[in-house]
Amino acid sequence: MKGLKLDHLQIALNDTVLLRLDARVRPGEVLAVMGPSGSGKSTLLSCIAGTLDPVFRTGGCVQLDGRDLDGLPPEQRQVGLLFQDALLFPHLSVAGNVLFGVPRHHADRREKVEALLRDAGLEGFGPRGPQTLSGGQKARVALLRTLAAEPRAILLDEPFSSLDATLRGEMRQYVFDRIRRAGVPALLVTHDREDAIASGGHIVEL
Amino acid sequence: MRREWKISFRLMMVLLFTPALSTAQPDPDDWDSVLEEAGGQTVYWNAWGGEPRMNDHIAWAARELESRFDVEVVHVKLSDTAEAVSRVLAEKAAGRDRNGAVDLIWINGENFAAMKREDLLFGPWAESLPNFPLTDPDNNPAVREDFTVPVEGYQAPWGKSQVIFYHDAARLPEPPRSMPALLEWVSANPGRFTYPRGDHFLGTTFLKQALLELRGQDELFYGPIDEETDVVGATRPLWAFLDQLHPHLWRQGRVFPGGGSQLRRMMGDGEIDLALSFNINEATTGLLNYELPPSVDSYVMDEGTIGNVHFLAIPYNASHKAGAMVLANFLLSPEAQLRKQDPEGAGGNTVLSMDRLNPADRDRFRDLLPGPATLAPDELGAPVPEPHPDWTLALERLWLERYGVQ
Amino acid sequence: MKPLSAWVHISPWLVLVVLAGPVLAGLAGIVLPAFGWLPALGGDTPGFHAWRQLSEQPGLFRMVIISLVSGLLTTAVSLAIVSLFVAGWSGTRAFRAVERCLSPLLSVPHAAAALALMFLIAPSGLLARWVSPWLSGWQQPPDLLIVNDVWGFSMMAGLVVKEVPFLFLVTLAALRQCHAGDRMRLARSLGYAPMAGWFRAVFPALYPLIRLPVYAVIAYASAAVDVGLILGPTSPPPLSVAVLGWLNDPRLDMRFMASAGALLQVLVTVGALSVWWLGERLVTGISAGWLVSGGRRCADRWWSGAGLVGVMLTVLLAASGLLGLLIWSFAGFWSFPANWPGQWTMTTWERAVLLLGDPLRNAALVGVVATLLSVLLVLGWLENGARSPLRATRLPQRALYLPLIVPAVAFLFGLVMLQALLGIQPGLASVVLGHLVFVLPYVYLSLSESYRRMDPRWIQLARTLGASPDRAFFRVRLPMLMAPCLTAAAVGFAVSIGQYLPTVLLGAGRVTTVTTEAVALASGGDRRIVAAFALTQAVLPAVGYALALGLPALLMRRTRRIRP
Repeated sequence: MKGLKLDHLQIALNDTVLLRLDARVRPGEVLAVMGPSGSGKSTLLSCIAGTLDPVFRTGGCVQLDGRDLDGLPPEQRQVGLLFQDALLFPHLSVAGNVLFGVPRHHADRREKVEALLRDAGLEGFGPRGPQTLSGGQKARVALLRTLAAEPRAILLDEPFSSLDATLRGEMRQYVFDRIRRAGVPALLVTHDREDAIASGGHIVEL
Repeated sequence: MRREWKISFRLMMVLLFTPALSTAQPDPDDWDSVLEEAGGQTVYWNAWGGEPRMNDHIAWAARELESRFDVEVVHVKLSDTAEAVSRVLAEKAAGRDRNGAVDLIWINGENFAAMKREDLLFGPWAESLPNFPLTDPDNNPAVREDFTVPVEGYQAPWGKSQVIFYHDAARLPEPPRSMPALLEWVSANPGRFTYPRGDHFLGTTFLKQALLELRGQDELFYGPIDEETDVVGATRPLWAFLDQLHPHLWRQGRVFPGGGSQLRRMMGDGEIDLALSFNINEATTGLLNYELPPSVDSYVMDEGTIGNVHFLAIPYNASHKAGAMVLANFLLSPEAQLRKQDPEGAGGNTVLSMDRLNPADRDRFRDLLPGPATLAPDELGAPVPEPHPDWTLALERLWLERYGVQ
Repeated sequence: MKPLSAWVHISPWLVLVVLAGPVLAGLAGIVLPAFGWLPALGGDTPGFHAWRQLSEQPGLFRMVIISLVSGLLTTAVSLAIVSLFVAGWSGTRAFRAVERCLSPLLSVPHAAAALALMFLIAPSGLLARWVSPWLSGWQQPPDLLIVNDVWGFSMMAGLVVKEVPFLFLVTLAALRQCHAGDRMRLARSLGYAPMAGWFRAVFPALYPLIRLPVYAVIAYASAAVDVGLILGPTSPPPLSVAVLGWLNDPRLDMRFMASAGALLQVLVTVGALSVWWLGERLVTGISAGWLVSGGRRCADRWWSGAGLVGVMLTVLLAASGLLGLLIWSFAGFWSFPANWPGQWTMTTWERAVLLLGDPLRNAALVGVVATLLSVLLVLGWLENGARSPLRATRLPQRALYLPLIVPAVAFLFGLVMLQALLGIQPGLASVVLGHLVFVLPYVYLSLSESYRRMDPRWIQLARTLGASPDRAFFRVRLPMLMAPCLTAAAVGFAVSIGQYLPTVLLGAGRVTTVTTEAVALASGGDRRIVAAFALTQAVLPAVGYALALGLPALLMRRTRRIRP
């Protein structure tokens, strides 16, 4: 069965249950999870990505394309993560950042990077340092890096909240388009209703 | 650069794995095999490190040994030769009869006597050194007797020392030339003289110098001390002299300098007007080194000053005896002796006999320029021989008891 | 398991062994002989013989008092100078200027600083020459016992010059941690003058953060050997110096008494710490009312002035002392009342270059190896904490201050005895291990903050992009922390360069470094050559810092060029 399935997922800290969620996201679909700050949105993403601090206790299970993710280390889950900040590695060039994502078994890794950059309208930006990019360009490179890793699901942690209003709409469009094209399920957490609506999928309130 | 690292690495390996290596006893009479065995060895030469000029000389010898004989020399700088003696003693107590940490010691007097008495020395080897005959031992008994103790080939002579006094002629044109004159002068000029602590060899030497002058070269002092010896009675004139002297010394005799180089510094700063040294070139090297004023000059007491020979000895459990012998032989060569006697080098008189040198070497010694503030041999006069080592130890102990803690 | 993972797994335990092992083993190595048990030297009847012999040592009481007073007074004065200055001048231009001056001072080894001070304040020193004869009327150096004075005041001054920069930089870090800026704004808005506000609103939160460094200062000052050898009294010397003398005594039976003396040194340091701790209680009790008394000012100008004078004096003493070293190393003959040398010469440096070869090579070799090992261990330990925050072993953290608080002369002496018993050859390897004990804590203190502050999302991101924990460490964590790592390495190297005791004791004199040579020459030798050695010693850590600052910029440029 394709897609991301959260089966009676439950996250608790010191006997206090922070959130419960039961949901399914099909390939190419975006599920928007909304809630005020402190409602455990980021914790949910960490849990799915496998980077949750062990002080949290979890129940239920997470399945991706029919595979149980429980107990797998993050690098084997094939779950991409996109944060509010682009978080481009400052010690690598733009191309280096994207290259970091490309799996090592690929034959033409560099060509793939070039293709991705070209597709995103960033041709020739490869050798530049991340500091020289504008906010929108950084966000695009971050998305490319995530896609380059060929994830089977993408998690978006307030990805647009650091962008100004004009860029925001443009980026939303771009990100959701690319996800649909990639045909992977995505989970968006946000406190901004417009983000949730623009994702065009179901909306869950925590 | 790469060679340096290789040496460090080798050093580390040697230090790590020394116990695994075995040492055969080299035969001093088969010099070729000694030379062969010495190649590649690292000799730990334990030598007093308080005199920078001498350290320079040792560093020079180390460089020469490395390039000529492939023997690496590490100068383990001691603040007191007794440290090396105690290390060998400790190794013997711990049962380490091979692979000891000390290969060669710069030594004489009470330390040699103690090591010889306790069977801590390798030998006899010294008289087998190819350069030993150059000392003309039959006509030069000083290289076969150390503080009255027979050497018997257990240490090789290295150099001659004699006590000299030096003064700033600009401030003190007529220095005192006897102990009573010294006392008189110091009483009139308080704070302008001092001598090193009584447990430092130069301090003990000043005590011996004063004792031998005040009591005469009594035969008593040239034999060992036993239960019947009246040490306190024999040394009473010395303590009476010091009791009078001390209140007029630098810092009222509440503190004593730590050694000869500190005395020299105090002379340079003008803190004192008169000092003593066991190096006849002290004034000249200090002057050339900018440590002493140009007006500095040397002299000896009217009744002469103490002189001795210093030696090199190999502990019984040394790890690198062959290398140590090669080093000792090199230091006895005319080339090294010449460099040591040079007033601009380490300073001190050679133990070689001029009659035994080839004419070229003899000329080189003769052509050595006398230092501007060094006494000529006839001005130095015959050295007063050192008393038996027991007296050195006794004087040291009694001094510490009387003046050690203020 | 992969090599890195294995290293990460075991390094907390290795750190624990490195820190606590030598200290505890060393202490065991003195406790037994102190009570008469050392079979190798014929000691097989336990008893108090060694203590009786120790108690008969002339001047023992004064040795103990000097060490005790030195520990407490040095720390009190240094802490007072630092807190008065920080309270009165935070945020001013003077503060930033002092910050720039004090940081390089921290890297100057204790021995070099002590030598610089000695050249400055001795009766024939620079100060006396500069004021003679026009002001003082001295034609000859005054017959005063200034350096090596009976009660050790010049030794304490030498320690203060080094401890003020240390406490100042520790305080700077702590100020950020306790949000001193916000606290001060609050206090000022309530009408408190800077001084009154700082001591009420900031200091109570700040002090607990710097308590351990303060204890380390007390411990160091009560047991310092190198500074004591150079500036301390001689008859009798401070206890730590006396213990070193007994240890080196040729008479082997002295080892029992020396062990008792080393143990006494531990007691003296513990005593100094206890007195300080009682003082803390007392101040807390007394000040409870004062804190809320509502007094808005407390002779602000006077106190902040005192703080500034204290800090300026420290900087000036150290700076002119170092200048003095520079002058002496080029001086020809320099007769006493002359303000400057009559001649200038290069011969001192020509000689020094010949003599410096081995000591420089050894110092660099030991420093680099000890620093490298420390950085590797600390990285492994920190990575372990980052990977498994729950299991992160806190034990090594507690052991961190052990080598900084237990007097080095005591446990190192014990190690020397063990070394002899086990038949281990003294040499470079033992010296490196000895340095490691002192270098590692400083590398940890320097690196841990940056490690903890690094955003955890970087590693999460790398992992979700398919990087294994090890790959994430090498490709993301390490490059991003390169600058702090290099700084920590520079700190570690500086600490190693400054080590005197572990080098002489564990190397048994075979391993000479610039530091051991400088201290050995200090007792009497030619001022010019001592100056050249001390300067070299002071410059080495600076070279380390320059590399640490310069390398990242270079590396950055290269990575950019190589990676598309």
